[in-house]
Amino acid sequence: MTTHEALGEQYPDLAHQGETAEFGMWAFIATEVLFLGGLFAAYTFYRYLHPAGVAEAAAHTKIIIGSANTAILLTSSFFMSWASLAARAGDNRVVFRVMAVAAVLGVAFVVLKGIEYTEEIGEHLWPGPSFHIETAEPKAGEVFYFLYWLMTGIHALHLMIGIGAVATIAWRARRGDFSPVYHSPVRVVSLYWHFVDVVWIFLFALIYLPGRGP
Amino acid sequence: MTSVSVTDDLPDPSTRASYLTNGATLASWLLTRDHKRIAILYFISITAFFFVGGAAAALIRINLLTPDGTILDAETYNRTFTLHGVVMVWLFLVPSVPTTFGNFMLPLMLGARDLAFPRLNLLSWYLFIASGIIVLAGLVIGSVDTGWTFYEPLSSGYSSGALVVVVGGIFINGFSSILTGLNFVVTIHRLRAPGLTWYRLPVFCWSLYSTSLILMLATPVLAVTLFLVAAEHFFHLGVFDPAYGGDPLLFQHMFWFYSHPAVYIMILPGMGVITEIIPVFARKKIFGYKFIVWSSVAIAVIGFVVWGHHMFVAGESIYAAMVFSFLSFVVAVPSAIKVFNWLATLHKGTISFDAPMLYALGFILLFTIGGLTGLFLATLAYDVHATATYFVVAHFHYVMVGGMVSAYFAALHYWWPKITGRLYPESWARFAAVLIFFGFNVTFFPQFILGYLGMPRRYHAYSPELQVWNVLSSAGSSILAVAYLLPLFYLTWSLVRGQRAPANPWEATGLEWTVPSPPPTENFERTPVVTEDPYNYPEPVE
Amino acid sequence: MNGIPFLPPSASSITGEFNVLASALLGVTGLVMILVVWLMFRFCIHYRKSNPGADRNHRIKKSWHWEVGWTAASLLIFLGLYAWGADFYLREHHAPADATDVYVVGKQWMWKVEHPDGQREIDALHVALDRPVRLVMTSEDVIHGFSVPAFRLKQDVVPGRYVTLWFTPDKIGKYHLYCSQFCGTAHAAMGGWVTVLDPGDFQKWLAANTTAGAGTLAGQGGLLYRKLGCSGCHERAAGVGPSLAGLYLHQVTLRDGGTAVADDGFIRSAILEPATHPVAGFKTTMPSFAGQVDEEQVVALVAYIKSLAGKGPP
Repeated sequence: MTTHEALGEQYPDLAHQGETAEFGMWAFIATEVLFLGGLFAAYTFYRYLHPAGVAEAAAHTKIIIGSANTAILLTSSFFMSWASLAARAGDNRVVFRVMAVAAVLGVAFVVLKGIEYTEEIGEHLWPGPSFHIETAEPKAGEVFYFLYWLMTGIHALHLMIGIGAVATIAWRARRGDFSPVYHSPVRVVSLYWHFVDVVWIFLFALIYLPGRGP
Repeated sequence: MTSVSVTDDLPDPSTRASYLTNGATLASWLLTRDHKRIAILYFISITAFFFVGGAAAALIRINLLTPDGTILDAETYNRTFTLHGVVMVWLFLVPSVPTTFGNFMLPLMLGARDLAFPRLNLLSWYLFIASGIIVLAGLVIGSVDTGWTFYEPLSSGYSSGALVVVVGGIFINGFSSILTGLNFVVTIHRLRAPGLTWYRLPVFCWSLYSTSLILMLATPVLAVTLFLVAAEHFFHLGVFDPAYGGDPLLFQHMFWFYSHPAVYIMILPGMGVITEIIPVFARKKIFGYKFIVWSSVAIAVIGFVVWGHHMFVAGESIYAAMVFSFLSFVVAVPSAIKVFNWLATLHKGTISFDAPMLYALGFILLFTIGGLTGLFLATLAYDVHATATYFVVAHFHYVMVGGMVSAYFAALHYWWPKITGRLYPESWARFAAVLIFFGFNVTFFPQFILGYLGMPRRYHAYSPELQVWNVLSSAGSSILAVAYLLPLFYLTWSLVRGQRAPANPWEATGLEWTVPSPPPTENFERTPVVTEDPYNYPEPVE
Repeated sequence: MNGIPFLPPSASSITGEFNVLASALLGVTGLVMILVVWLMFRFCIHYRKSNPGADRNHRIKKSWHWEVGWTAASLLIFLGLYAWGADFYLREHHAPADATDVYVVGKQWMWKVEHPDGQREIDALHVALDRPVRLVMTSEDVIHGFSVPAFRLKQDVVPGRYVTLWFTPDKIGKYHLYCSQFCGTAHAAMGGWVTVLDPGDFQKWLAANTTAGAGTLAGQGGLLYRKLGCSGCHERAAGVGPSLAGLYLHQVTLRDGGTAVADDGFIRSAILEPATHPVAGFKTTMPSFAGQVDEEQVVALVAYIKSLAGKGPP
């Protein structure tokens, strides 16, 4: 793709277009914060109503997989930042390699999450008639697990979209699309990736850590 | 044109292809990235939804001709007003002005060739259409009779599974809204022509900006709320339904946290339209530009913290109610500022009364009545009597129909020559404007009296002594129905037989009037440079 | 029912002030509306295009004087209205101490009313002239709204909790009772009449509507109390649960150190969800009675426990 093809007719130049795309991603992240904020608010409200029930249920989550996944995502963000820097320098080879690593780490996260989900379904932690948990307040446990599936599911969906986007950009880098003048897609995708990463850190704290203290 | 310096070596407009003629295949429309064509796609779909919602309103009014409601049975009546509310709110009022006139005019007013993200814009339309089809399917085939507010636990515990379909459709509709809002915000920030500073922006752009902010920040909360309603329906979570330990008031808080700002989503673009039109037909600079602009922003911000005024009798804390009542009075102040500034603009103007101006004047009167009756409802002790009665129905129809729909028709007539390249028949349009004003008042004013008498809303049958006002209201609605159908005919006629429109039929300022009618696909041959304030009409010679 | 109705009847102690408030609102907003209409028509007629002779010179330039003027004026008027409405609303929410408690249970699609002396009615409420009444209301299914336009009062009746509404009827007559919160198919049919009788007629009505052998509401609750076996734990001698004598409206110390006032709502949820009300000094061994008793039976139990109020401290 030549720089001429990449430029939308409504923009004076590529730099302006790139900054606009980044601004658009920030705006999108703002709406995502409100969307996830609604869910976090529901979670907080429920935990406030049933502190003991939520803590007991949260102790049934798989802390080892959760921690491993946190480490994986943080590492992937490191590679995404590397990709941004390399793109600014126009080094398509490095961009391709580090983004491929980030995508693979993303896939690893999804695979581990899948294993975790399978185990949890086996333990009857999917809300519904067959839900079963050995705690004093099983109803609160069921709501906790509903929110767990919903929030981690939405996060996983975001991450899978992110993996697709990163793979596409990596492929374009391999084709040699980016230059010191034109690299905004790398920066926009990495913004998105960091956001998904930050959301996970919140989820980790809210879902895996309650009920594990002394 | 004094307000802008346009490049002087433009080719003859007739040799440039207009956006309408640039490609005639169906694919050239359905896969277009041109904001003007997408606006037309929205316009066609929204018109269809408006008449679907209108037909439901007509059924409601016919049923209420007799006190025992024999024309529709209770369930059909409840489904009908649910359909009316859902369709009118999400498929007409929320998208109405922004997605049509906003989409079409925003890049033209900014001196840009398109919105920042044209593909996203097309995606918004597809999401909108998908949501419209899903919502209508759920409402018509399924039997959803909860009202557009989906109050818990009625919605999750006592209604059919079609509720989830409707709620899912509205969820998708929310994404469409968010993407449109995001596109507008980014476009206004990034794609203003050289010299077009924030304070030189037409007020319409400012009102779209405020609206878009609310769309982006409030809609996600609605999405979460509706998601939880669907989950409550399937899993009996106990978030909202007290039978499972939930709190139904939590639903109301979350629902109105979106739905109150949503009424400002609906009215702010209308206020923007009126602010565009009044200076043109008064030949005078808008009075208090900065006050009008910042009152829009103030409405958008304060509008986020008044949601509790929907719950004065719902069982919320009486002290919370006092705070929400106070804030509701505060949010009325910026609206009052706008009305006074519009009136001051008329002072010492040179006023002509073309159809857009008639609609705009009608808007001011009807919106003022709607706003002033809002003060009644913000007054706590009064609200206890009037809430959930026809007084509320009348109040919000004065704002939403008398205000917003009038503004929509004002915009339609004002920009019709620009969009279609044809002039509409002026005398028919004036007649329709007057008829709408008249029919509207006959329909909705009696409802204030019905509400004060205590007639609750959403009643399929009522006490016989209230019949006289109901019959009057229904009679008015038949006038209103004819008045709304009239433009459909004469505007369609004008597409074929109307006179060709010049680039600037109203001799208005603003960049959208510097390009040919209809505009070429790329809008501007060269990016214009703006050197003056908006609405810079010549001062009288002293 | 002759003629065209303009105003609802006024039949409670607050309607006098309410009507003044409504008139004031109408007066203030009416003046604003007249001002807007007058300015619009004056400007539109005088400065019409076909009147080139109008003086269009010396336009108002300094706009901020005007802006500050009308902003401040609007805000001041609004503040006055706000203060009045809010103060009135607060007073509407404080029932007099001598009010008679009448229980109301809403369900799709009827109002069930239970008087303290055991009289029951459906979709109707009989009250005595000039006697304050406090309604303690709940719903068995969805949210309903208890609305009596002639009293200018309305309250949403929310399932899972008690809400209250009080009034003093001051005019004999029959007034509409509506359900004001949409509650499903027969919402419009969920209503009836509130009848205000003079005290003598009200006594006669009470006597005529007493079911032989049923006893008072508290009496019915007492029977249920023993039938459900509550006395086994809650009588002073048993000591497994806290004594209920003198409990009503007293402060209860909870296990986490907090306190709560044992009002109707507290007693209701202590019966239905004992786990959420751990009283200090006792283990929560009480099972939930949710599903075993309906809201009407809970009302009777609450009335019984209230009747123990005067029988010694807890």
